Amino acid sequence: MSEQSFIAGGHRHGGHFAERLVHGLQQALEHSLDAEAISRQRGLLQGLDPRCKLLALLSLMISGILASQLVTLLLLFGLAVLLALLSQVSLRRLYRQAWLSVLLFSGVIAVPALFLVPGEVLFRLPLLHWGISLQGLRSAAFLLGRAETSASFALLLMLTTPWMHVLKAMRSLGVPVLLVALLGMTHRYIFVLLQTASQMFEARRSRMLAPPSGRLARQVVAASSGVLLGKAFQLSSEVHLAMVSRGYRGDIYLLHSFHTRRRDWCALLPALCVPLLILWKHA
Amino acid sequence: MHIPDGYLSPATCALAYAVALPFWLVAYRHAKRLLHTRMVPLFALFSAFSFVIMMFNLPLPGGTSGHAVGMGIISIVLGPWASIIAISVALLIQALFFGDGGITSFGANSLNMAIVGSLVAWACYQLLAAGAPLQSRRRVLAAAVSGYLAINTAALLAAIEFGLQPLLFHDAAGTPLYAPYPLSVAVPAMMLGHLSFAGLAELLITGGLVAYLQRAYPELLSLQAGRSDVAGAAVRSTRKLWYGLAALMILSPLGLLAAGTAWGEWGVEDFANAASRQQMALASGQVAPPAAAPEGLARLASLWSAPFPDYAPAFVHSANFGYVLSAVFGAGLILLALLLLSRLAGKQGLAE
Repeated sequence: MSEQSFIAGGHRHGGHFAERLVHGLQQALEHSLDAEAISRQRGLLQGLDPRCKLLALLSLMISGILASQLVTLLLLFGLAVLLALLSQVSLRRLYRQAWLSVLLFSGVIAVPALFLVPGEVLFRLPLLHWGISLQGLRSAAFLLGRAETSASFALLLMLTTPWMHVLKAMRSLGVPVLLVALLGMTHRYIFVLLQTASQMFEARRSRMLAPPSGRLARQVVAASSGVLLGKAFQLSSEVHLAMVSRGYRGDIYLLHSFHTRRRDWCALLPALCVPLLILWKHA
Repeated sequence: MHIPDGYLSPATCALAYAVALPFWLVAYRHAKRLLHTRMVPLFALFSAFSFVIMMFNLPLPGGTSGHAVGMGIISIVLGPWASIIAISVALLIQALFFGDGGITSFGANSLNMAIVGSLVAWACYQLLAAGAPLQSRRRVLAAAVSGYLAINTAALLAAIEFGLQPLLFHDAAGTPLYAPYPLSVAVPAMMLGHLSFAGLAELLITGGLVAYLQRAYPELLSLQAGRSDVAGAAVRSTRKLWYGLAALMILSPLGLLAAGTAWGEWGVEDFANAASRQQMALASGQVAPPAAAPEGLARLASLWSAPFPDYAPAFVHSANFGYVLSAVFGAGLILLALLLLSRLAGKQGLAE
């Protein structure tokens, strides 16, 4: 992935395409393992019921999108930092996985807005004489502020909740069971296919004496994708047979073992009030 | 291409979810009817495949690299409805677990890439590969073109979503609250990268994959091949009508050459405008119009305001282009309505 993502902080742009893929796989696996490890630690967010946590963090993300004052965005960003500190998530991790990635992606998009958005010119660049407008500055701050705040809340959700709990929470909140099952299985098979792909590339690389030409590299990627597609199709048939042989008839059942306590409601209610407050202030 | 959170307003995000929802429902019903218990494992594996090939950085001519989305190949192998679900699920995992693409903008990302991308890829492939044997070179070319068109259509849609933000959502001082660039900047900036690198990556991977499947897994290509013959025959039988419709759309700016106003198609503001009053009098055999707009007209005029007033959307500066855009939009709406009606009629026919 060459776009803004939680694993883009350690993205590797140089090297052979197979090396980059193996590196991408490692990053995805590391992110998954880190998330599991952090979600087992004792912290504020880890101690909350996943359903309340999912709703509360989604509510805070929506608040970030609704906010039309930079101060509100700053307060929400501060809240994300505070929640991270209280949940044993280091700021270094937030910086590496969310803030830096957003800055590199959205920053590049936001900078031209300083000059392109028309409005009251604050100052001009010394040599180029390009005017930086107040409106441009504010719009760039909005773009970056919203992206950073949302990414922080999304990362906090992922780091403090095991993936299976996120799925179960989604199911409890009314997401169709089929989608929940699909997300669970897809997540599992992403790692299977990533591992298969990296092994294929590794095997190919170990048989090459020199770096491949561009044409050959494209042929290798296309052929590997084709093999992977064939494997995916074959694997889906095998998995289907395995499911049917174990009694799967199209109905999916999930076990729920969540219990809400007073502190879950204490976290959820204020979080739900934030977007309502913003809306009320605008109305 | 993956729109992060914060780039689109809540209203745009909600609208994108609302537009995407019927497509997801139809896709789900199609898949459930055809696949039943096979659906979950098949879609899970293809979603995972879509995710994985988004991580393949394809070396491109010129020393750069780009990654494909896979909307073309999944549409070609499994059809557009399966592709809609598979790519949507891949996008949701990317958004939730890997932070690639926003959670609030997931509806817009799905609409652009999973829904529109898949449908464009499928339609283009069916059109170009209609009647071609499984092993023919035309299928490779059709796949490559469909991948290229699909990713560029998705990018154009994303650019339009970005470009509409500063027009619709800004504060009192004119500060854009979300994506800050107007259509005149967003569309070229987005399309430049997609018409070149990203489009090329999708073109190469879709074409290359189909060429590989022809040699190694022809049975995967045959899953949807039967449909292309039926679609091809349908397209061939109505081809002349489509050409005629396209010609009419292109010729629509001729309307600008017509002098004066159409009799009876006056707005409330025309009654207050001296030049318009003169034209109204000319069109009415020199009978002077009333001094003010009739009360009923004034009362009802505010009930509905057209999205493209006078066939000229506010964001388009060229009148001719505005006319063609309006023609395309209007024809598209009519075709959609006819398609829905024919589906409803078809269902009733089956029930009988």
